[in-house]
Amino acid sequence: MTPGPDALLQMYAGMLRVRLFEERVRELFAGGRIPGFLHTSVGQEGVAVGVCAALRPDDYLLSTHRGHGHLVAKGGALRGLMAELYGKANGICHGKGGSMHIADASVGYLGANGVLAAGCVLAPGVGLSIKHRRSGQVVVTLFGDGAANRGPFHEGVNLAALWKLPVVFVCENNRWASTTANALSAAGGSIAKRAAGYGIPGDAVDGNDVLAVQDAVARAAARARAGEGPSLVEAHTIRWVGHFEGDPQTYRSKDEVAEGRRTDPIARLDRMLREMTLLDDAHARRIRDGVVAEIADAVAHAEASPLPQPHEALTDLFAFYPWRD
Amino acid sequence: MPVMDFADALNLALREEMRRDPRVYCVGEDIGLGVPFGVTRGLIDEFGPERVLNAPISEAAIVGSAMGAAMTGLIPVVDMHFADFVTCAMDEVANQIAKSRYMFGGQVDCPLVLRMPYGIGRSGGGHHSNSVEAWFVNIPGLKVCIPSTPADARGLLKTAIRDPDPVLLFEHRGLYRVTGEVSEAETLVPLGAAAVKRSGRDATIIATARMLGESLEAARRLAEEGVDVEVVDPRSLVPLDRETLAASVRRTHRVVIAEEGPMRGSTGAWLAWVVMEECFDDLDAPIARVAGPNIPIPFSPPLEKFATPDADQVVAAVRQVLKGAA
Repeated sequence: MTPGPDALLQMYAGMLRVRLFEERVRELFAGGRIPGFLHTSVGQEGVAVGVCAALRPDDYLLSTHRGHGHLVAKGGALRGLMAELYGKANGICHGKGGSMHIADASVGYLGANGVLAAGCVLAPGVGLSIKHRRSGQVVVTLFGDGAANRGPFHEGVNLAALWKLPVVFVCENNRWASTTANALSAAGGSIAKRAAGYGIPGDAVDGNDVLAVQDAVARAAARARAGEGPSLVEAHTIRWVGHFEGDPQTYRSKDEVAEGRRTDPIARLDRMLREMTLLDDAHARRIRDGVVAEIADAVAHAEASPLPQPHEALTDLFAFYPWRD
Repeated sequence: MPVMDFADALNLALREEMRRDPRVYCVGEDIGLGVPFGVTRGLIDEFGPERVLNAPISEAAIVGSAMGAAMTGLIPVVDMHFADFVTCAMDEVANQIAKSRYMFGGQVDCPLVLRMPYGIGRSGGGHHSNSVEAWFVNIPGLKVCIPSTPADARGLLKTAIRDPDPVLLFEHRGLYRVTGEVSEAETLVPLGAAAVKRSGRDATIIATARMLGESLEAARRLAEEGVDVEVVDPRSLVPLDRETLAASVRRTHRVVIAEEGPMRGSTGAWLAWVVMEECFDDLDAPIARVAGPNIPIPFSPPLEKFATPDADQVVAAVRQVLKGAA
């Protein structure tokens, strides 16, 4: 089903939200406002927004170490997310998660993950619970091309296929497993083709075409909801920035980033919307201003928020633990 | 009171909890047939294949999916087949299950049980015999219990299933055929509640699982010599019932800690620290420990026997702490 004008404009705004959020976060990190390790998804917005545009609000998402964009696209409140990146007490995880371990259960975002492909084995269990509750939800687990070489990817896909669970496996192929090229880490030349070994659909799409991602994931989700089991979608995209903030990127040529900018998913949809006369300069400006204001509000909120009290490190470990340790 | 073996007591607990709560399901390799230890035997007939999930040999997916299910409303009981195989799902246990609630600031609960058949015996060899409970005691975010009798096994498993947090239940495979009285009424054993299994005046033996039986045997032999030993079973290691252990030590002033796993970096070492912290001034002798040697478990019977702590060693340790006693 082709998205209507409103849905297209929402995707446009959604990608801009991810892009500007990530760019602001990069600045804040460089300025020393955000501690820790930071992996941003600048350039990969088409995947995050395309996936979430294909989902219901109550569907689940399992994410990666490069997960801010996924949460923004899933509808997570920017204030709680930004405060968490700052390590503030009122961050969505009270400062215990940070960039790589954020969850926002209120929007079905069951966690970024510091361990690659970890979500691939969590997802079948979420699928089991969906099946048990007959809720018609699906769970999407995102992972990178590097993670597709870990055992949990294979175990998770096999189990989900075997038990026909409502899972969509989305490989966000940005060509690099940290600093190692995909060609030097993945055999077979295609992650999508691995689906054939498990008897499930495997689609490779242009991840910088948000509509192609949305379409592939929507088909996979429909199949999952119909009880026909999981699918694998490989979305090819380009990371414009380093693996982590501060990465000197000596391992790749500048041409690749230039290629990324040429295939910018936001510019692409921008052109399409203008051709369809759904967008003009004034409208685009209004959308951008709205996103900028929302991000500024999140930053102001995070800046003004208190740091946690040190002893709060002892809370949230167990739901029930009245004992002395 | 009915008498049943340890495996049947666990089977009973699973049936009772699965009848009580439709969210509870079992998952693991070969659990449909109840292979290899019979704990899940017959469950599939009563509850069907949708609640008794016979899984492929995919430990990471079995354990990881249990967490995914637990975070979204189910209560999985995972059969680890042999606890040794948990290494194939160590990320899922140590990084995911143990940390999710904490890292996410308490947004999600993870109510699941990992049943861990473990322990030495019958020439299981290096990949089927290890006592690995210490690994998990060292991971914040997990609860760890380790029963020694059929009644405790049933009661702890029931409590573990009802607990809102992840619980590992260590089931010594040498105990599965040991019989004992199990109450007809539903009886829960709380976590963090040690049990005095034998009262005595002269020394306290703190022992878990198979070593509890060895310690009771040691106590019987020592009684023939007029030495009256108390035997305490912590039953759960996390949380730990410090008060019951300390109260016993304050009565006897001498302590032996007996476990099966290797001596180094072990739960017994932790318990020794707890005893010292709670009641150092009450001790009349240095704490003695019985534990396995720091080697993998060997295959050949005489080698395996060498690696197996037993009642003889407990007797010797008690004599050691009693040296110089009036």
